[in-house]
Amino acid sequence: MLKDFRIRYRNMSLGVLWSLLNPLVMMGVLTFVFTRIFPNPNIPHFAGFVLCGIVPFNFFTVSWVTGTTSIVDNAGLIKRVPVPREIVPITSVLSNCVHLLVQMGLLFSVLLISGVSVNRQWLWLPLVWAMQIVFVCGLALFFSAVNVFIRDTRYLVESACTVLFWLVPIMYPFEWIPKKYIPLYELNPVAAQVMSLRRILLAGESPVGSTLAKLAGVSVGVFLFGLLVFRRLKPMFYERI
Amino acid sequence: MFQSVGKSFARHAGQMLIRERVMHLLRHKRSERFHALREISFAIGHGESVAVVGHNGAGKSTLLALATGLCEPDSGRVMVHGRAAALLELGSGFHPDLTGAENVRINAALMGLSRREVRRKFDEVVAFAEIGDFIDEPVRTYSTGMMMRLAFSVAVTVDPDILLIDEVLGVGDLAFYAKCQERILHFRDSGKTILCVSHSTATAMSICDRALWLDHGRLMADGPIARVMDSYTAAMTAHAEYSTR
Repeated sequence: MLKDFRIRYRNMSLGVLWSLLNPLVMMGVLTFVFTRIFPNPNIPHFAGFVLCGIVPFNFFTVSWVTGTTSIVDNAGLIKRVPVPREIVPITSVLSNCVHLLVQMGLLFSVLLISGVSVNRQWLWLPLVWAMQIVFVCGLALFFSAVNVFIRDTRYLVESACTVLFWLVPIMYPFEWIPKKYIPLYELNPVAAQVMSLRRILLAGESPVGSTLAKLAGVSVGVFLFGLLVFRRLKPMFYERI
Repeated sequence: MFQSVGKSFARHAGQMLIRERVMHLLRHKRSERFHALREISFAIGHGESVAVVGHNGAGKSTLLALATGLCEPDSGRVMVHGRAAALLELGSGFHPDLTGAENVRINAALMGLSRREVRRKFDEVVAFAEIGDFIDEPVRTYSTGMMMRLAFSVAVTVDPDILLIDEVLGVGDLAFYAKCQERILHFRDSGKTILCVSHSTATAMSICDRALWLDHGRLMADGPIARVMDSYTAAMTAHAEYSTR
């Protein structure tokens, strides 16, 4: 059933080419700015480095925004088919995983071209991604329910994404962050994800245990909280849409 | 089965921006409720076919939505046993950008069919709908009648225990209308339960043997269709005469 549902989204969303274009352009621009305009010699493989930030960040923002509007966008379904409501935001996130796969393919190719080799630590990747998906599903559940009652929620989410672009270590390395902000950064699952990815892919080391634990804790916590709020609000969806 | 069911909706449910919310809170007004259904109680037995009649806005669609489980009652209890397939408005849950075939598969799955059942019944649905090559076109290119044909085909081939119909039969052409009616009668005769909303007295009379009459959310009458229809038409005619005078 979940699978059938995904067809709905897949056909609506952009093709493979589009999902490659955005990260490629971003990577190109950021690489140009940070190697030509502000040269920083300490970061090797800058293109790959930036892409490690862009790919999870893109997945995060796109699924957060589409997840938030999913219930309102599928009003027809909500009003007419008694399908479990939780499926709607969750499939909207899962359908974005197709793009995630494509972009990960891009990330791997860029890394291999720039001379990074495959190592055993790559086995950590599925876990790190799974945490990210659980986290975004939780956000989607929470915000899609709230968006039914307060329709400007989506604009808040979009603004938050713009702000987050600067607060997630996308174009600067984690090491440049002042010490006192580090615990805060680790609590942000997107930042934790980017940090873990870089350790795995670029340094070839296993992700830091404490970062991983925080990532898992926050992701599962957000998911459960989102589910709770969603369950509480869903009886009112019918009359509010 | 409905046990003293009440359902109300918030007035001004359309205003949902933060600004409006804040203004609302500041003014400290309790939001008014619109009572779509008040204290409705009835039980429909297995194999009964029941029509729901009433003026526009009487609460007929709300009644069906409650029976389908789309929303929950504010008071009372709704109990439904068995698989209910609802034909609520046109193209219930069809996605305009997907083709007819894709929509059939998704809708059948949404109604609780397994993938194998869907594959088995797919041809039957398409044959019944008689929309030819359009099955591979996006649903947004369909005419109202075609959309209804497809929606109806899905609903009846899913083989539900309970069929809920919300005045959709009106848009089909005569041939399809006859076919639908035949199918519904067959459905009824095989002991399934039917709950249908219709403004066409003739359709309702030919399908159902019992009727519920709703007026402003209240149950005015419940009984054999001929009797209920008589008092309903009498009331409607009286009202019409009053308003034209």
